[in-house]
Amino acid sequence: MADADVIPIGTRGRPGRGSRTTSPSQASRLLAPRPRGPSKRAAAGAGREQTARARPDASVPEDVDDVVEQAAAELGEEASPGGAAPDPIARALAFLRRRLTGDYEIDEIGFDAELTSSVLMPLLRPLAEKWFRIEVRGLSRVPAEGGALLVANHSGTVPMDALMTSLVLHDRAGRYLRALGADLVFTLPFVSELARKAGATLACAEDAERMLGDGELVGVWPEGFKGVGKPFAERYQLRRFGRGGFVSAAIRTGVPIVPCSIVGAEEIYPLIGDIPALARLLKVPYLPLTPLLPWLGPLGVVPLPSKWVIEFGEPIRTDAWRDGAADDPMLVLNVTDQVRETIQQTLYTLLMHRKHVFF
Amino acid sequence: MGRVVLVTGAATPLGAETARRLVDDAAVARVVAVDVVPPAADLGGARFVRADLRNPVMAELLGVEGVDTVLHLTVAEPPARAGSSRGERNVIGTMQLLAACQRAAGVRSLVLSSSTGVYGASPRDPAVFTEDTVARQLPRTGFAKDCAENEGYLRGFARRRPDVAITVLRCADLLGAGVDGPLARYLRLPVVPTVLGFDPRLQVLHPDDAAAALARATVNDLEGTYNLAGDGAVTLTQLVRRLGRPSLPVPRGVGLLGQAMRRVAGAALPADEAALLTYGRVVDTTALKERFGLAPRWSTPAAVADFGSFIGSGLLDPECVQRVERALGATVGAACAATATGPRPTGGG
Repeated sequence: MADADVIPIGTRGRPGRGSRTTSPSQASRLLAPRPRGPSKRAAAGAGREQTARARPDASVPEDVDDVVEQAAAELGEEASPGGAAPDPIARALAFLRRRLTGDYEIDEIGFDAELTSSVLMPLLRPLAEKWFRIEVRGLSRVPAEGGALLVANHSGTVPMDALMTSLVLHDRAGRYLRALGADLVFTLPFVSELARKAGATLACAEDAERMLGDGELVGVWPEGFKGVGKPFAERYQLRRFGRGGFVSAAIRTGVPIVPCSIVGAEEIYPLIGDIPALARLLKVPYLPLTPLLPWLGPLGVVPLPSKWVIEFGEPIRTDAWRDGAADDPMLVLNVTDQVRETIQQTLYTLLMHRKHVFF
Repeated sequence: MGRVVLVTGAATPLGAETARRLVDDAAVARVVAVDVVPPAADLGGARFVRADLRNPVMAELLGVEGVDTVLHLTVAEPPARAGSSRGERNVIGTMQLLAACQRAAGVRSLVLSSSTGVYGASPRDPAVFTEDTVARQLPRTGFAKDCAENEGYLRGFARRRPDVAITVLRCADLLGAGVDGPLARYLRLPVVPTVLGFDPRLQVLHPDDAAAALARATVNDLEGTYNLAGDGAVTLTQLVRRLGRPSLPVPRGVGLLGQAMRRVAGAALPADEAALLTYGRVVDTTALKERFGLAPRWSTPAAVADFGSFIGSGLLDPECVQRVERALGATVGAACAATATGPRPTGGG
């Protein structure tokens, strides 16, 4: 593989993609203007020992005391006026009442923050913490506020990596990840309903630019179904990164592109076979055969407990380019390749240092 | 000298309300209201002419009255007449009216009320439609198809009469106190059937805002196409629950849903609404606020609340739900107090 000399573009002379893994570069610190403790601790503390969790509706608190204070304040707010039932029950009942009477808000995309925070995320949390034991690196490179485009590799037969990345960013960075999904997602019953409520929308330029312009953290998996459904033998080999539409959207809105490399998702459902004829019949991109599915029946849907690492890379700034850069296909394709190469290299590095698939 | 305005579809509540507003407008000298049936509501000082748009008398009317502004309402449910379908009345009526306007040298501006239905609804559409979004799937039936065809004829008219200022207002479904339309009747069902596995996002428009926008477009030449809908969005389930009604998810399939509707309450769901009630539709109203200069006074949730207080709540009354919540809370609280030393049950999602 001829490793092209990648010139960092549009970072105003600062390195666009750094190789350091412990401390954020100057470029990323400028993007994330929050004051933090020693950056080494921040990077290391992003591991699973970090238990304090911030709510995404507020800015990220500095230390545990703030989190406790904030939680206490929220409890006080939500306590029922009757005060008869203990808080958790009263809150659960109040939540049920709000769902039954439609007393909640959604945004125009369909994102239901209350449902996401209090139902969907708690369902995923044990899976992330106990089953996959996700280790997060470089969280400080994710901008604390404002629009940003997260670009990640896609794998695992079922797009579990998108769910886990959302959870990690929700719990540890206090941000909702607004995912861009393939149109199949919005065709399927139940899946489409949940996807919209979790804040996802169709991967198209209009929606991407709308959300980035609104200052959302948008996630995109440019490999699409070709990445999710790739055979196990080709794991960690990135597929084509679409046509670079996500880069155009980022350039148009001037938001940074944050590369994200996910290790571990490839092994949850090793795809060893496919039934194309049946897949065509069911109008799905592929019909997976894994070592457990369908041989073990319902048990086969249990993902293998691989150990996950999610690493956020150095953000690539896009705000310094001249106007009209988004319509320059050469530049867009170059940046697309740069992002893809960054993720691929990080994957190789992470895999080299991985001791075992499951530990 | 003020404008002479011709309002079609004046027998509908929206047409009548707009006509009344135009009569009160200082910029308007006279209002001529046209429809095939006499209006149920008072038209203020407007002159009512009972005529079919497909009648050649329309061309004469434009000349005799000296009409310079035409406000043409595409009507969702034109009054039935033997031997003509709704599409024919809407589309052929529009063709005839435009043909008459093309000959009438006095016509200076034309306003068409259309529907956001022209965007269709599909899983391959962007979440929010702007005025220049091209529909991935053109509506094939019903009112939305009429609107799409009418807009097509109007584009042809605009090419032939470039001197006429043309405004198209794409209105979301009307909902508010007193509204009676396909959506309103559907939401009035005691148990509202929805499509299983889908919870579409919907936007509605309060009739007050619709009339205000139509009147504003008529007296100011604000050329262009504008989306018109209340701010914000609600999902169908949320909308039904806010009206205090239970929803009943029915497996997908237009036929099934339609059948269920007919069986449940004798009300038919229009075919073009089935896609909307599966995939939903939200439009961008930035152009309306910035170029048209009108911000809807009723947001979508406010219009829903207005409609809710008009029809009254159904089986799932919010106050009733709250009483049950209090009672349950008190019972569980007492039970917990009795076993105070025991482990506390965890609440949550």
